[in-house]
Amino acid sequence: MTGTQKVLLAVEGITKAYPGVVANSDVSFEIREGEVHSLLGENGAGKSTLVKMIYGLVKPDSGRMTLRGGAYEPRKPGEARASGVAMVFQHFSLFDALNVAENVALGMENPPRLAELASRIRQVSEEYGLPLDPSRLVGDLSAGERQRVEIIRCLLQDPKLLIMDEPTSVLTPQEVDILFKTLRQLSAEGTAILYISHKLEEIRALCDSATILRRGKVVASCNPREKTARELAELMVGETLTPPARTGKAPGPVALDVTGLSVASPNPFGTSLQNIHMTVQKGEILGIAGVAGNGQDELLLALSGEIRTAADAVKIDGRGVGDLGPNERRRAGLVAAPEERLGHAAAPDMSLTENALLSGAVRKELVKGGMIDWPATRTFAEGVVKDFDVRTPGIGTAARALSGGNLQKFVIGRELSQEPSVIVVNQPTWGVDAAAAASIRQALIDRAAAGAAVVVISQDLDELLEIADRFCALNGGRLSAPRPVQGLTVDEIGLMMGGAHGMEVAHVHA
Amino acid sequence: MDLSAINPAVLIASLMVSATPILLAAIGELVVEKSGVLNLGVEGMMITGAICGFAAAVETGSPVAGFIAAAVGASLLSLIFAVLTQYLLANQVATGLALTLFGLGFSAMIGQGYVGMKPPLTPDLRIPILSDIPVLGEILFRHDLMVYVSLALVAAVWAVLKYSRVGLILRAVGENHDAAHALGYKVIRIRILALMFGGACAGLGGAYLSLIRVPSWTQGMTAGAGWIALAIVVFASWKPWRVLLGAYLFGGITVLQLNLQAAGVKVPVQYLSMSPYLITILVLVIMSANRSRASLNAPASLGKSFHASY
Repeated sequence: MTGTQKVLLAVEGITKAYPGVVANSDVSFEIREGEVHSLLGENGAGKSTLVKMIYGLVKPDSGRMTLRGGAYEPRKPGEARASGVAMVFQHFSLFDALNVAENVALGMENPPRLAELASRIRQVSEEYGLPLDPSRLVGDLSAGERQRVEIIRCLLQDPKLLIMDEPTSVLTPQEVDILFKTLRQLSAEGTAILYISHKLEEIRALCDSATILRRGKVVASCNPREKTARELAELMVGETLTPPARTGKAPGPVALDVTGLSVASPNPFGTSLQNIHMTVQKGEILGIAGVAGNGQDELLLALSGEIRTAADAVKIDGRGVGDLGPNERRRAGLVAAPEERLGHAAAPDMSLTENALLSGAVRKELVKGGMIDWPATRTFAEGVVKDFDVRTPGIGTAARALSGGNLQKFVIGRELSQEPSVIVVNQPTWGVDAAAAASIRQALIDRAAAGAAVVVISQDLDELLEIADRFCALNGGRLSAPRPVQGLTVDEIGLMMGGAHGMEVAHVHA
Repeated sequence: MDLSAINPAVLIASLMVSATPILLAAIGELVVEKSGVLNLGVEGMMITGAICGFAAAVETGSPVAGFIAAAVGASLLSLIFAVLTQYLLANQVATGLALTLFGLGFSAMIGQGYVGMKPPLTPDLRIPILSDIPVLGEILFRHDLMVYVSLALVAAVWAVLKYSRVGLILRAVGENHDAAHALGYKVIRIRILALMFGGACAGLGGAYLSLIRVPSWTQGMTAGAGWIALAIVVFASWKPWRVLLGAYLFGGITVLQLNLQAAGVKVPVQYLSMSPYLITILVLVIMSANRSRASLNAPASLGKSFHASY
C-alpha cells in the first residue's frame, strides 16, 4: 500500500498560533491515496488544530496545503467536503433531538429529499456492516451507533480523504475490530484515512505510516509497524515513562457494599441503573469499564449521594447511607470525583481555595460554628497544590484558568487528601497528559495501599488494567460480575462491555 | 345579568382579532427560541412596533405603510439585542429585560405627539362568496388582512421548521451550536436572522394593537401581551400549532370575560380580569405535563451564548 500511490494531500510548513500558545509550528507531512495515516500525539500536541485546518474550520497563519497537486485552501467545511475531505468528529457534531436522517442531511452539501436519503442510509450502512435505522432519534442511540451515524454521513459523500478524530474512544474492543475492517475496506477502495489517536496498539495494527507531533511540532515520521508501542510512546511524550508501582497486599474488610441499586437516570437521554451489586474491600481498586453512556454518570451520582436511593442499597463500612446526601456520605468516609471537571467537580469561577472548601469542609472541619476557617482552608488548598504538583500561579486562581490536566490533579488531590475510606472517581485521567495521568494513577494506588477502597470508573481499558485489582463493566445500566484483572483477555473484556452491540463485519463488494 | 346578549359568532370572530397580536409575537419568538436564543424583549419590541406603525400610518395615511414600519422598527430594535448577545456575548436574560424597558421608554417618547389621534382605518376583507356563508362567513371570512397573515405565518413556520432544509439548520443551531459550527454552519448569522424575524413579528403584533385592535396610541398599551406571548411559546412546547391554540385560548377568554363583565356576572371583576392568564397557562401546562417529551422539543442550546473556541 505504501510508496506506489500518488500523493493525495500534502501539508507544507503549516503554522498556527493562538494567543499565548503555538498550536502548530512548521508542520509538514503527506498522505497517499488509499493510505491509512496516523497523527499521533498527546492531548494538546496540536493534532486537533491541524485537522481542523485540513477540514476548513481554522485558517493557518502560514504554510500551504495541496490536494492532488492543486492548491487546497478550504475556507469553510463545506469547501473541504466539496473537495472530497470528510471528518468524523470525536465530540460535538451530532444533534440529540434530531433523527439519524436529519443528522446526516446536516452534514451534506446538497442532501436529497429525506425519504430518498433514508433509503441511501440503509443501503450504505448495510454495505459497510454498520446497520442504522434512519428514523431513530440520535439521543436514543448508543455511543457506537452515534459514531456509525457520523461515518455514514461521511461515506455518503464518497470522500477521498476521511479524517477520524479518536474514533475508538467510545467503542468496545469488538466494535473496534469491526471499525477497522470497515476502514481497511475503504482503504482498499482507494480512500485515504487520516487517523488521530493516542492509542498505540491500534495505530500499530491499522496504520501504514505515522506522523508524531509533540508541542505542535513534527518530531518523527515512521512506519508504526516497525516500532514498538513503547518506542512510539516515548517519541510522543519525549521522556521515559515509569509505569505505576504496585505493592501486592491482601485486601481488608469490605468498605463499600452496593446491593440491588436501581436508579432512574435524571437525564432524558441517560441510562438508568438496573440492579447493581458490588463490594469493594479496603486496600482494593475496583475498575469499572464500559462504553460512554452505559450508566457511568448515573453510577457516580448514586454513589456520591447526588441521587438518593433506599438506605441499604449503598453501605459504607456496613452502615446504610443510600438515603443520605453527598455531605453526609463524606462524613461517613466516601469521597467522589465526577467526570466533568468544570461545573461538576469544580465551580469554574471560584478560586482553588473556595473549591477546596466546597468539598473539604466536612471532613477537614473547615467550618466552625457556621463560620469559614479561612486559614485552615488555605492550608488545605496549598497542601493539595503541593502534594499533587498542581501548576497554578496560586490558590487564589479561578478553577477555569487551570489547564484540564492541572485542574484534574487538583480535583482528585482534593478528594484524596481528605483521608477517605471509600474513593469513587469517574474518568480520572480523561484529557490529561501522560505525565499527569501517571501521577494521578499512582496517587490512587497509594491511597488503596493506605487502606482505602477505590472505585475507578473509566473508559480507558489500559488504565483499568494497569491499576485495578478486580474488573467489571457497565453495559446498558447493568454491571457485570467482577473478575480479577490477572488473566483477563481483551476478548473477555469486550464481551463484558456488551460485545459488538449488533454490529456486523463489512460486507465485501461483489 | 343577561347572558343572552353574548352572541357566539361575534364572540369567536372577535377572539381572532383579540388573539392576533399575541399570536404574531409568539410565532416570531418561537423561531427565535428554536434557533437557541432567549429574547425576553418581546414586550419592548411589540410596543416599539405599536408606535412605529401608528406614527407611520398616521403620517402617510396608509395602514400598510404602518405595518411595514412596525416590522422594520421592531426588527431594528431586535438587532440591538442581537449585537449585544451574539457579538458581545452579553447575558441574554438581562439584555432581554433591558430591551423591554428600553422599548417601553422609547415608545413613550416617540408617542408623545400621537396621543389621542385616530389612525387610518384598516378595511376588513370581505372574501367573496365565502364571507356570505351564514355564521361561518361571519366568524372566519370578514377579517382584516393581518388576521390571515398571522395564520399563514403559523402554517409557514410549521412547514419550514418541519420540512425545509432552512428549518432543519435552524433547529440544529438551537439544538447544539457547537456541532452546527463544526459542520460549518454560521451559528451567529443564523441566530441574528432569526432574531430579526422575531422582532418583525413582534412589531407586527404591536402595530395590530395600535392600528386595528384598539385603535389609538396610549403609553404602555401592550400591557403584558409580550410576556404572555413568551409564556405561550414555552408552554406550547415550541410547537407552532400549539402556539396558535394558546394564543386563541387567551384571546377567547379575554373576549369572553369582557362580555361577562358587560353582562354583569356576579364575579368580582379582578377574577375575571386574571382569568385569561390563569386559564391559558393552566391548559398549556397540562398539555405539556409529560416532562420528558416536552424537554425533547426544547432547544437544548436555548439561552446559551455561542463563542467559536477555535
